[in-house]
Amino acid sequence: MSAMQKMMGWIDDRFPLTATWKAHLSEYYAPKNFNFWYFFGSLALLVLVNQIFTGIFLTMNYKPDTALAFGSVEYIMRDVDWGWLIRYMHSVGASMFFVVVYLHMFRGLIYGSYRKPRELVWIFGMMIYLALMAEAFMGYLLPWGQMSFWGAQVIISLFTAIPVIGDALSTWIRGDFVVSDATLNRFFAFHVIAIPLVLLGLVVAHIIALHEVGSNNPEGIEIKKVKDPVTHIPLDGIPFHPYYTVKDIVGVVVFLMVFSAIIFFAPEMGGWFLEPDNFIPANPMKTPPHIVPLWYFTPFYALLRAVPNKLFGVIGMGAAVLIMAFLPWLDRAKAKSIRYRGPIYKTFLTLFVISFIGLGYLGTKEPTPVHNIFARIFGIIYFAFFLLMPLYTSIEKTKPVPERIPE
Amino acid sequence: MNQQVDRSKRRFLVAATTVVGGAAGVVALTPFVLSMMPSERAKAAGAPVEVDISKVEPGMQLAIAWQGKPVWVVNRTPAMLSKLPGLAPKLVDPNSDVPQQPPYCKNVNRSIKPEYLVVVGICTHLGCSPTFRPELGAPDLGADWPGGWLCPCHGSRYDLSARVFKNMPAPMNMLVPPHYYMSDSRILVGESTKKGA
Repeated sequence: MSAMQKMMGWIDDRFPLTATWKAHLSEYYAPKNFNFWYFFGSLALLVLVNQIFTGIFLTMNYKPDTALAFGSVEYIMRDVDWGWLIRYMHSVGASMFFVVVYLHMFRGLIYGSYRKPRELVWIFGMMIYLALMAEAFMGYLLPWGQMSFWGAQVIISLFTAIPVIGDALSTWIRGDFVVSDATLNRFFAFHVIAIPLVLLGLVVAHIIALHEVGSNNPEGIEIKKVKDPVTHIPLDGIPFHPYYTVKDIVGVVVFLMVFSAIIFFAPEMGGWFLEPDNFIPANPMKTPPHIVPLWYFTPFYALLRAVPNKLFGVIGMGAAVLIMAFLPWLDRAKAKSIRYRGPIYKTFLTLFVISFIGLGYLGTKEPTPVHNIFARIFGIIYFAFFLLMPLYTSIEKTKPVPERIPE
Repeated sequence: MNQQVDRSKRRFLVAATTVVGGAAGVVALTPFVLSMMPSERAKAAGAPVEVDISKVEPGMQLAIAWQGKPVWVVNRTPAMLSKLPGLAPKLVDPNSDVPQQPPYCKNVNRSIKPEYLVVVGICTHLGCSPTFRPELGAPDLGADWPGGWLCPCHGSRYDLSARVFKNMPAPMNMLVPPHYYMSDSRILVGESTKKGA
């Protein structure tokens, strides 16, 4: 027995190191037919690590004080060695987080990855998405620019729409009667410690739930149904390591090429990743003439604006996010994957994607009457996709799904 | 020994301990929740602000800060004031029935002196500060635009008495803060009468 084996044996007697490695990597059997859409889970993990790592270094120079915050961010950008790189990695990383998460969610949508038995995988994923939105929103206040201030003012004011307790609740969130130093300081606390801890816990739960039931795949076929009678390994499964770790490394390399190109050549992405008005220090006396959230919130922001009633606008916006969590029970089709579904589902899905992107575009534009009409049409399609789903998925005939993954 | 375990007593004790312990845990959270309320210093801030209104030309808006919020003083021209009564059918609350003003400002001008409107410049929808658009029939606002405010965030429109138009996201008129005239040219924002008078 080599020294290495001896050491591993010593550890394994005290901590399930080899067993964990096997259960989650070398003997975790994933379907053999993963495609392009399966890169984004591991990429999301990569961006999470990037955000935590760069965030730690930003806190070394950032000051959560309304008098100092804006200046300390500019100080990081100009006077701290490599500070600009660390800050751009963090700010571009925030947008890229949503890019990969939206693609990851879309993958779940087209292949039915939320369906039984993966309901909890999907629910944990939705909770991650909510935590991510809170994290991004609170982080955006920290530079204390005009968009930081007025974005926070608008979002916290959403809570005033709640009858009876709304006003007290929004005062409690702000810690003051206006967005102020108290608000900035507590958002810093939530952004750097509270929400990241929640996020990490949820990511662990998401992966544990996934590895319990096994991964879905582009065919929507349960590989666990057909196992080798002797080894009990799914016949259509391959070990995650080395097959998918190596595949994911290819994805990481391509992603880092794109990520680096943005950081070095277009870190503000023409105002899409860092808005021009946020280079003006916060001024509580003057709202910028055109205020919009960052692109990843604009679909919901457009819905909020489309409803000519404060309370129902807020309810509509909240419902648009939460309704996604109910997908596992709304979808009644026999087949999971879009590959075995009919034209009705495909039409609804196409309209939904157009509506989501359309709302996202309208959310960045001025709230003119014409824009509002389009936002209402897209909003109706958005909700119709979910609310009519039990109907159109149960009446539509799906193609028969084979037992094994086709060659 | 096992036969002598009183299971119902054990179940009761486990349940009672859980409930009491859980309640204690919730109560122990109270200081943390309350620590997030506005501090004594935040509550003490917000003293009344004195404003010299003599410099506000007719048709102009002056913005000052009170309790960290923008407060506007607008000197409305007779032409502007003449438009206000006729707007009633287009407004959510033309008679200012919602208590968004002190009783002495519950009138069509929502002011003490007709020309001087004093109002907290915060949209009642989601708290943005609307843009002053006094020009009649502004091209982007329509030929019948009577002058007022446009909220840049969600498009709510207000007339020159800060009353919200119908079918806008904002639910009510902008807030008129308590204020009084110290002299013809000076007002105090934040109090309705002179303290001690």
